[in-house]
Amino acid sequence: MNDHQKPCVLITGAAGATAQQVISRLRHDYRLVVCDSRREVSMSPDIPSYHIDLNKRGMEDIFRQYRFDAVIHLGRMSPNEYTRDSRYNANVLGTQRLFDLCVKYGVHHVIVMSTHFVYGAHAFNPAFLTESAPLKASELTMDLVDSVELENLSMIYLWKYPDLNLTILRPSNIVGPGVNNTMSLLLMQERAPVLMGFSPIMQFIHVEDMADAIVLAYRKKKPGIYNVASDDCVAYQRALELAGCKRRALPSVPPGLPRALSRVLGMKHFPHYLVSYFKYAATIDGSLFRETFGFEPRYSLKEIFAHYKLLKL
Amino acid sequence: MLKELIRRYMLPEELESVFASSPKRVGTLDYDRWGYNSETSRLALGVAKKIYDRYFRTEAFGLENVPSCGRVLIIANHSGYLPMDGVLIGVALSTNPHGSRLPRAMIERFLPTVPYVGNLMNALGAVVGEVQNCLDMLRNEEAIMVFPEGVRGTGKGYSKRYQLQRFGNGFMHLAIETNTPIIPVGVVGCEEALPMIGNLKGLARMMGVPYAPVALPLPLPTKVTIHFGKPLHFTGPIDNEDKVTAHVNEVKAAISSLLAEGLALREARKA
Repeated sequence: MNDHQKPCVLITGAAGATAQQVISRLRHDYRLVVCDSRREVSMSPDIPSYHIDLNKRGMEDIFRQYRFDAVIHLGRMSPNEYTRDSRYNANVLGTQRLFDLCVKYGVHHVIVMSTHFVYGAHAFNPAFLTESAPLKASELTMDLVDSVELENLSMIYLWKYPDLNLTILRPSNIVGPGVNNTMSLLLMQERAPVLMGFSPIMQFIHVEDMADAIVLAYRKKKPGIYNVASDDCVAYQRALELAGCKRRALPSVPPGLPRALSRVLGMKHFPHYLVSYFKYAATIDGSLFRETFGFEPRYSLKEIFAHYKLLKL
Repeated sequence: MLKELIRRYMLPEELESVFASSPKRVGTLDYDRWGYNSETSRLALGVAKKIYDRYFRTEAFGLENVPSCGRVLIIANHSGYLPMDGVLIGVALSTNPHGSRLPRAMIERFLPTVPYVGNLMNALGAVVGEVQNCLDMLRNEEAIMVFPEGVRGTGKGYSKRYQLQRFGNGFMHLAIETNTPIIPVGVVGCEEALPMIGNLKGLARMMGVPYAPVALPLPLPTKVTIHFGKPLHFTGPIDNEDKVTAHVNEVKAAISSLLAEGLALREARKA
């Protein structure tokens, strides 16, 4: 197959560690075009790279020029990036614009990376949150509204435009080399905050396993909503111990106090809007994805935490 | 240090063997999804067994009625202002000579919100009383303790001892849906061990807990007997809630008769 016969795939959020891993897995079999709204991503000459906001008119020119077969939307801004308004613009309005362009230009497969945070961390959460569990994150904080809205929007397009073959992935905490989300940054710290008397069960997925999951979801084309997580899990404070972090205990009662402390002390790696996730579990059931796509993570929890421990030596 | 002491003095080999004969599916770091941790559970069983034997001089009757494998719901009366009955039933099942089971317990919804308590209970195998959790664990072929009186039982006060309070119907729906046998259990002695003589309602409201007991800070060393009844089987379909309530009342009656049996035994021994 010559290069022009290969399917053309747009990957958004190309600056992220997960996107880089996905690009390296797909570049030989597909014509890739990448973009990121945060910064210019330097790629090899065979991969056109754009620094562009999804809401800009130029985005349509890119669609017009490349006639994409598929879009892998990894460009969701996480809650530790930018302001609430910019995240809403990028994650909700930007994604809507992207979907509209996909509909207009006949893209026949779209993958959206969401997050397990959309379920919300509540004391009454069942241990196996399945894909049909209600998305309660916006009850906890306005800072996660954009993540939940992005999901709602994706679901609307999933049902309204079946030809898009939309696949929504809700991964557990993505961690590993190069990952700069809240959990990964926290595990890199010498001292990580913990709430006194709380150590919720958590799930972690290595960035390479996540990239494998995205590639599987792309190659197998089975639209729907899927949690992506390993069955293995660990209590948060034990995870810190394994990652070589010392614990900095924060008072956990009254419930508003840790949130206030996080705000006042400007704790970037322990943001006030995620405090509930360090108190209660939001563990997801990844069996549907595993069974549908034959996915099995390669990295064990011990290997994942060993990486963070090594960083501190 | 404390762990080492417990391991050395409170965890004989026969207790260790319980974990080998009734293994839980845990991950590579010894946790399962509900927060169960074998190491914590092992140490806790060592301590609890001493309390079971020496402090409460507990006796269990009818343990042969508990199936040694497969899913089962252990339905018991709830008494005393702390759920000590759950701990003692747990030890009785774990050390059952007819086949040990490391049981799960469905706990009150407010408990996970209490610092330290929620996590500790999860590590020991207790799980917040949500239908989905119970369903998932029954599908996992677990033995699950349920106290259908909930806080109505623990918070009823000493003056209402051995008077069963209203039972929730949730366990019966699950039993029918998953074709799970029910073992009724009557616990005698915990009412006197942890008597609650008053309830500071205002304080409880302020702390966000169902009741704030006026009681002794430590349980009294009363003798406790646990009476396991014969398995009860209920089948569907569930046509209406009245039918479910009728089945629940059958379980309640079975527990009442086990309690009467236990109280009669206690009186006979006194005489």
